[in-house]
Amino acid sequence: MKSKLAAAPYLIWMAVFTIVPLGLVFYYGLTDQDGNFSIDNLSRMGMYTNIFFRSIWLAVIATVVCLIIAYPLAFILSRMDTHKQGTMLLLVMLPMWMNFLLRTYAWMTLLETNGVINKILGFVGLGPFEMINTQGAIVLGMVYNYVPFMILPLYSVMTKIDNSVIEAAQDLGSNSRQVLMKVIIPLSKPGIMTGITMVFVPSVSTFIISRMLGGGSNMLIGDLIEQQILGTSYNLNLGASISIVLMIFIFMIMAVMNQFDDEEMEGMII
Amino acid sequence: MENNNGTIISLKDIVVEFDGERILKSINLDIKDKEFVTLLGPSGCGKTTTLRIIGGFLNADSGDVYFGGERINDVPPHKRNVNTVFQRYALFPHLNVYDNIAFGLKLKKMPANEIKTKVKEMLKLVNLEGYERRSITKLSGGQHQRVAIARALINQPKVLLLDEPLGALDLKLRKEMQVELKRIQQSLEITFIYVTHDQEEALTMSDTVVVMKDGNIMQVGTPVDIYNEPVNAFVADFIGESNIISGMMRRDFLVEFAGKEFECVDRGFDRNEIVDVVIRPEDIEIVPTIQGQLEGVVESVIFKGVHYEMVIDTLDFKWLVHSTKCEEVGTNVGMRVAPMDIHIMHKTTEE
Amino acid sequence: MKKTKLLSNLYLVIIFLFLYLPIFVLIVLSFNESKKAGSNFTGFSLKWYKELFRNELIMSSLWVTLKVAAISTVVSTVLGTAAAVGIHKMKKFSKSIVMNVTHIPIMNPEIVTGISMMLLFVFFRNFFHYEFGMVTLVIAHITFSTPYVILNVMPKLRQMNPHLYEAAQDLGCSPVQAFWKAVLPEIMPGVISGALMALTYSIDDFVISYFTAGGASSQTLPITIYSMVRRRINPQINALSTLLFVAVMLILIIKNVIDESRQKQTEKRGGGF
Repeated sequence: MKSKLAAAPYLIWMAVFTIVPLGLVFYYGLTDQDGNFSIDNLSRMGMYTNIFFRSIWLAVIATVVCLIIAYPLAFILSRMDTHKQGTMLLLVMLPMWMNFLLRTYAWMTLLETNGVINKILGFVGLGPFEMINTQGAIVLGMVYNYVPFMILPLYSVMTKIDNSVIEAAQDLGSNSRQVLMKVIIPLSKPGIMTGITMVFVPSVSTFIISRMLGGGSNMLIGDLIEQQILGTSYNLNLGASISIVLMIFIFMIMAVMNQFDDEEMEGMII
Repeated sequence: MENNNGTIISLKDIVVEFDGERILKSINLDIKDKEFVTLLGPSGCGKTTTLRIIGGFLNADSGDVYFGGERINDVPPHKRNVNTVFQRYALFPHLNVYDNIAFGLKLKKMPANEIKTKVKEMLKLVNLEGYERRSITKLSGGQHQRVAIARALINQPKVLLLDEPLGALDLKLRKEMQVELKRIQQSLEITFIYVTHDQEEALTMSDTVVVMKDGNIMQVGTPVDIYNEPVNAFVADFIGESNIISGMMRRDFLVEFAGKEFECVDRGFDRNEIVDVVIRPEDIEIVPTIQGQLEGVVESVIFKGVHYEMVIDTLDFKWLVHSTKCEEVGTNVGMRVAPMDIHIMHKTTEE
Repeated sequence: MKKTKLLSNLYLVIIFLFLYLPIFVLIVLSFNESKKAGSNFTGFSLKWYKELFRNELIMSSLWVTLKVAAISTVVSTVLGTAAAVGIHKMKKFSKSIVMNVTHIPIMNPEIVTGISMMLLFVFFRNFFHYEFGMVTLVIAHITFSTPYVILNVMPKLRQMNPHLYEAAQDLGCSPVQAFWKAVLPEIMPGVISGALMALTYSIDDFVISYFTAGGASSQTLPITIYSMVRRRINPQINALSTLLFVAVMLILIIKNVIDESRQKQTEKRGGGF
């Protein structure tokens, strides 16, 4: 019975360093610089509609591309011999163990106007193309960085799909397309939902990818927040306000996703 | 091949290899229509592989599969008029009982009301009326089993394949399901091909038993044939319990084993051929020592319900004996065997 | 059958090209003599590696990163393991509340977690006197690492035979001894994988550190990298990437080899399921 006490230090830690800070985000978000209650900052959100829409739009594209890339890959992996699976999964995950900034930086060297890709295209007499500082580059960066977050949950639900279930569907008269639509996709739904959240959330809130690959003209929500907190337009209250909106938005997305996915999320993270 | 004498499935020289290992070594088998056929053998004997060949989940490396006289080697599973009850059932966890059973019919685009009546019929057949809306995850093992059978049968296959379907059930439930499967098979008048390693299950349900070992078919016959006239020591040992002792055929109708000569009913062996002698434990009669053909000491006695199982040591062999009479451990007893209960078999040459 | 096999292999090749080509280009360029980032390979040289090791900022921030990672991993592993044991014993209702809060740092966008902690430290400065630095950084790292430890230990506790703890006491252990001798060995794999995850997340973290670190004395390697690459190509970074990639690869290969030999051993023992 006493073992319940073992959680006490963590509960205190959690209260001070998780719950109180979140409370402070709301406190700052709903007050003005002098500490008086005000929703001025929240009502200024309308000014940033285009930034919000751009963030969401790019994150949606990145998420869809990740799903399209990861789904066949996860399925192929899950049907390999168990011994091979481990190695292949390791190979897929290996780049993700490189620091996020370095992975994004790698694409900078590739995409630059006098970067590697343009040099190679130049040999064949093409280009140079304007690739960096575009929205396409941002999406590419998101996909490259976050596609493992889509692969892992998909792979982990697909390994649970027994081959005999697929055979049963064939046995009962399904052709390949019907097996996919009626058995594999419904059974991998929890993985799809987890994958979507795990790619969408970091994509919609990033500020590094847009900074490094998007140039100054493609500001996202993350950039906006960072600018208020650490940047030139130092305004903690406005930064907190935008954070509240971002949080609520993500919370709603997750609530929608959880509707489809009642399986527990534990252990799904990696 | 020709569709006379009621053969529905026929396997010709089927060979299957995995990683250079021969799983099936040229299997030939004809299965008659409307029969309950059991493929019986220890694990790794190739029985499930044979079933998967028939279901179309595996392609043979060589050999042909015929269905009603037509070669179906290249027909994919979803186009074969055969359905399978999988090991551990392979029910669709995302669908409820109704949708699992209706799966095949929905693919055929059958009208909804027709599907409904058919599913109802099936649920009645497998004694699961009223379970339509249940989630698969909330069913017991026996109920899973019934759903799997209904799901396969609703497509009205000519042949139903069952891959160790009762393996996961407890003993009592298994007995019930054995009776029920037999009832279903007889009422629907279709062919069942049943895979099991449980000899008792095979003997209870089958019309024909196919005994397999190491990718070969050892014997095909009715349960009674297989039990009473096993073709070799392996079959004798696998089907029921047996005493298998090495002996020598002196001449027709006379065999020597355990240091004595015995009259028997077998003939046609070489003179002095070394043979396997098989005697069922229930065919050994315990008699006073003077009347016995063999004499030994009772080493152990176990009460088995209907009979006692005793081990009787005759120095060169330990005999397994079933008797309704109990003898004290340590007493000297005599044993007799009737000539017709002594089964003589050629030694199986190991490959 | 053969055709689908071919198609899936082709698919794997394309994916692997996508995943590895950028890294491969960085590795090649790290040996390029020319400073220009383009593909003109003017000659093999190790000069960027030499410069990298002479770069004091990089070396000092590497040291900061390792220090922060070590401290925060130890603290969060102890804190998280104890927490998991306690949470495991809780009633369903309080358990689900605590677990939901535990998920917050994982599910919240990193930038929000970073800002919330920064606001906390800003707010506390109204009452205490301190600067942003190692302490704030370590606290932030412990906060986002501990949930991963808990999430790794909880499943092990659930899989554990609930009578194990009682059996140990029955055989004469005090409750504390029973934990050390019976429970801990059983959940050890979860503790280790939780600690490893805490360590890697701490080493790798940029966003949260960015908002909670102070001056140069608490600047982690990712922060230094960010300051170097946010605008321009820097060949030293190519060298750094190459070294990190090789290090990560070696660690993962070693881990895989160990796992595999361990697996083989259990297979030999006829263990497993």
